[in-house]
Amino acid sequence: MIISIEYFYWLAGVLLLITAGMILTDRTHPKRWTSGLFWALFAMVFLIGDRLSPFVVGIGVLVMAGIAGIGGVGRGTHAELHVKAARASAGRLGHKLFIPALSIPLVTVIGSILLKNTQIGGVPLLDPKNTTFVSLGIGCMVALVLACILTRDTPLQGLRESRRLTEALGWTMVLPQMLAMLGLLFNDAGVGTAVAHVTTAYINMDYRLVAVMVYVLGMALFTVIMGNGFAAFPVMTGGVGVPVLVGIYDANPAVMAAIGMFSGYCGTLMTPMAANFNIVPVALLELPDKYAVIKAQMPTALMMLVVNIVLLYLLM
Amino acid sequence: MQTVVNLWPLIGVFVIIIGFVLRFNPLLVVSAAAIVTGLAAHFPLEKIISEMGEGFLQTRALQLILLLPLAVIGLLERHGLRLHAQNWIASFQRATVGRLLIMYLFVRETTAAVGLTSLGGHPQMVRPLLAPMAEGAAENKYGKLPAPVRQKVLAMCAATDNIGLFFGEDVFVAFGAIALMHTFLLGSGLDVEPLHIAFWGIPTAICAFIVHALRLYRFDLMLERSMAEVAREEVDAAQELAR
Repeated sequence: MIISIEYFYWLAGVLLLITAGMILTDRTHPKRWTSGLFWALFAMVFLIGDRLSPFVVGIGVLVMAGIAGIGGVGRGTHAELHVKAARASAGRLGHKLFIPALSIPLVTVIGSILLKNTQIGGVPLLDPKNTTFVSLGIGCMVALVLACILTRDTPLQGLRESRRLTEALGWTMVLPQMLAMLGLLFNDAGVGTAVAHVTTAYINMDYRLVAVMVYVLGMALFTVIMGNGFAAFPVMTGGVGVPVLVGIYDANPAVMAAIGMFSGYCGTLMTPMAANFNIVPVALLELPDKYAVIKAQMPTALMMLVVNIVLLYLLM
Repeated sequence: MQTVVNLWPLIGVFVIIIGFVLRFNPLLVVSAAAIVTGLAAHFPLEKIISEMGEGFLQTRALQLILLLPLAVIGLLERHGLRLHAQNWIASFQRATVGRLLIMYLFVRETTAAVGLTSLGGHPQMVRPLLAPMAEGAAENKYGKLPAPVRQKVLAMCAATDNIGLFFGEDVFVAFGAIALMHTFLLGSGLDVEPLHIAFWGIPTAICAFIVHALRLYRFDLMLERSMAEVAREEVDAAQELAR
């Protein structure tokens, strides 16, 4: 491939390393050394992670968790543009400000759909396994160029802004990856089988409705624990879906699978384990309540579980 | 279900719940849960730490979505992107938070359903555009929002993006989840067309739109009520002062 996801790992690593460097040279930073170390360690995962042994990376992860645990990741001060200047600039640029912002999703879509199978001299243009991520990376670079031209600001200011937002997100930024890691470990340790056992072994599924409820609610509960519907699907479908719903009650497997996965998604809406959807936006929007987004989603998720039980009962 | 199942790894789940409830730092909680779960499954400590490192490396791509747009978004914010989004929505007299979000929900869900899942997202769409627009629509109607109300509006923006994405993407045939379901069912001896799985997702997808749109409609009524209350309290306070 010509454009590999590797390059964007390096870019991410460089961005994080610059953030760490800016913090370490910032004498006014309240947590200068610990914050700097935290982001530098994180940068290493992207820059040289593949060449390190997994054990060393694991130790690095534990050190990062330790730094975050003692409150060592702080926020530096940032020189913002004066409100008046920002207002003037908004007035001057107007709708043009939307162009770079919208070019990120636009380029991502173009890349991941139109350029997906493009080859140059028999070599695929984009990393075939990671088309979306690679397209997103290209989109961000295109957008950065557009933004610099439009605002007549420098890429260096872009790096400062990247540091500001990285610090605003703080350790929350690492949480989705930590949880994905935990999900893999849960799988290996057999947490899935244990949960399926607990949810199914003690319930009498002689009634069609009870069986439907066990499957739908089990998918949701399991997803709440694992943070991911994809992990729940094989366990619940293997434990209840195929043997009971299809085997005994003769359900249409397509209906069962579709509604089962959506039930898992209802779980995703309710769990802090799905940090990239539920916890990261809280940090991005700078909300004080860590669970604000989950609380906003909870009623929809619960109502959809009821809807799913009814739909599965009627359609299967 | 006669085979003996080792229930000890469930301790990891309890560590997570207790850690989150007691509000310890989540990174610490997750590390502790990983180690406890591994020990309960009789993994040696060295293997647990290696698996943590391995898992952390495998899931790096997740981070790109969040990290790479930050420079652009920050630069545009510095030059007034959020301000402009707020002012622009204020020029639509009939815009309300509920109506804006219902429209966004519709676009997000239908585009995700045809595979365009990257058209939204929290760092590149919700923070710089959707949230300021919703805030602008509300302020246009009621003036400055009290902090708790403002936070509810912002949280609802993020929630709407998630709900639109989740219930849309699973209707798209070429989506990974459909492939996963198809492969798993095939392994269980059931040959189901991926197209059928996608098709039977449609009733739930439609219901999700209706349910959440109704909630957004009621969200407007809730805003109306709580802002009327705020206005009343202000009038009372002013009268108190005048007396």
